[in-house]
Amino acid sequence: MGVSGVSGVSGALRLYAAVAAGGFRRYATYRVATLAGAFTNTVFGFIVAYTYIALWDERPRLGGYDLSQAVTYVWISQALLMTCVLMGGGFEDELIERIRTGAIAVDLYRPADLQLWWLASDLGRAVFHLLGRGIVPLVCGALVFDLTLPASPLVWAAFLVAVTLGVVVSFAIRFLVALSAFWLLDGAGAAQVSWLAGSFFSGLLLPLNVFPGALGEVARALPWCSLLQIPADVLLGRLAGWELTGAYAFQACWALALLGAGRLVQTVATRRVVVQGG
Amino acid sequence: MSWGENDDADDDADARFIELDGLEKVFDVRRRAGLLRREKHQVRAVDGISFRVPRGEMVGYIGPNGAGKSTTIKMLTGILTPSGGRLRVAGIDPSRERTRLARRIGVVFGQRTTLWWDLPLIDSYRLMHRMYRVPDARFRANLDRCVELLDLAELLDVPVRQLSLGQRMRGDIAAALLHDPEVLYLDEPTIGLDVISKAKVREFLRDLNAERGTTVLLTTHDLTDIEQLCRRVMVIDHGRLLYDGAPAGLHEVGRSERTLVVDLERELAPIGLPGTRVVRVEGPRQWLAFPAAESAAPLVARIAADFPLVDLSVREPDIETVIAAMYAGRSTV
Ligand SMILES: Nc1ncnc2c1ncn2[C@@H]1O[C@H](COP(=O)(O)OP(=O)(O)O)[C@@H](O)[C@H]1O
Ligand SMILES: [Mg+2]
Repeated sequence: MGVSGVSGVSGALRLYAAVAAGGFRRYATYRVATLAGAFTNTVFGFIVAYTYIALWDERPRLGGYDLSQAVTYVWISQALLMTCVLMGGGFEDELIERIRTGAIAVDLYRPADLQLWWLASDLGRAVFHLLGRGIVPLVCGALVFDLTLPASPLVWAAFLVAVTLGVVVSFAIRFLVALSAFWLLDGAGAAQVSWLAGSFFSGLLLPLNVFPGALGEVARALPWCSLLQIPADVLLGRLAGWELTGAYAFQACWALALLGAGRLVQTVATRRVVVQGG
Repeated sequence: MSWGENDDADDDADARFIELDGLEKVFDVRRRAGLLRREKHQVRAVDGISFRVPRGEMVGYIGPNGAGKSTTIKMLTGILTPSGGRLRVAGIDPSRERTRLARRIGVVFGQRTTLWWDLPLIDSYRLMHRMYRVPDARFRANLDRCVELLDLAELLDVPVRQLSLGQRMRGDIAAALLHDPEVLYLDEPTIGLDVISKAKVREFLRDLNAERGTTVLLTTHDLTDIEQLCRRVMVIDHGRLLYDGAPAGLHEVGRSERTLVVDLERELAPIGLPGTRVVRVEGPRQWLAFPAAESAAPLVARIAADFPLVDLSVREPDIETVIAAMYAGRSTV
């Protein structure tokens, strides 16, 4: 019993590790697209950086960031744009399509868990996007601007932890969005709402710390805060010690709550497929 | 307990390896009727089907579009729960123990792939290896065997999206067999394939069944598949079993006809031979219908002897015609 339990867990780990590796490789096959994407991220980085510079000229220390920190925030957001899927467009389009065409029945038949499968695959993708779409813009930004980047490898490690949690939260949101396709005829609608919410509440347009009053309070309490705002503040050294622990806890709570909701919806959706044939 | 009893129990379990007893599936369908009103009605996709398939048999499950073939397969795999009746595969109730059963069966859905679209074929196989926890040596042996027999060596490093339909189908069949399933379900495995791919797939299935004793149940609406592969065929229509027996018997029950397409050197009057009727004439080409249960050989010999023959081919009746003939045969008998 104990032995089979352990071998069961290690068997599952090997399966989902293979799925994650596949998730990485399938994006890695599109080299030209990756190069073009990294180029686009860099161009946008420059445009937004100069916009921020103009804005911070008018309002120095906006949101508590000095100019260098604000520009660094821009390049972090370009580096995490794809990694944390701030604007949507990851696995969820594919999952929605599989639900719409009924191909989801094939997935359910596999001896593997749907949510863990897609999570593993999305983590693999995120690692690829961090390397393929994250590093280039950040390096380009650092070459041209005077960025506030930490020297300590510990801060970089803390940043990676926050990014990982951010990816899981992002996944959990998009998984729920995709599952809505079981009930909504047009899953694209939900994807668009999530895209809009993501680009605003993640802090992609402006850091959430800049939003005044109640709007800021709400934005900083929503799950999308985990995607960019928290990782960026970690890298900028604004979160350390207990504050860092608190930020991780915030991300982890949202991750668990949303994954749990996803699991519940998945159970209901599976029952529906199994009874009504999709 | 004596050994004899034990053997009997095994024999019995093998005889009813797949067992359906009055199986039913009713779908609730909501249709828009007007702006807001919705009409509810029921589709009886599978309407009381019973049969047994012993271990090691290869059976055809044939019927026109919408007959209920895919619905039956889905219930056999456990991804659809029956609305009524009883179903056991290897003693397991599929919808209750889907995952446990999944390790013992293989499924190929003709129109949907289980392969990873963007990745080389071999990556999907590695995933199967992990998913079904196949011991390494077993996996290698099974993969090598499938690669050889299904001619996949050149394709292993090709992304699935670049494969032709026939190549993909072969790839899918291999994927379903890497964990040594005891039974293989194929839902329209030859649909859309060219003649050569069809022949390859059929040959592979015949070997699999003969050499490994894998139980095979395949659905199709192509009668040629059945005639070349199965000693037993079941015909379903509107969710009911119309026929269960040898493929040759199909034509006797139904009195359906095959067609001889004859190309002559020139336009001639319709060829009037006893036991045939000319159904169509188009210039030098004539279509002769004859009873499907009879051999075409004597007919061909006669035509070749008496007429200026250029070319000739025999067409099997399509499943719709066979079924129509079955209904007609029943009402007159
Ligand atoms: N999920 C579903 N919901 C409603 N009706 C369905 C569903 N799946 C199949 N049907 C209906 O059940 C009947 C049998 O379908 P199917 O088993 O796919 O037939 P076949 O595979 O023989 O072509 C058809 O009338 C089809 O429209
Ligand atoms: Mg079908």
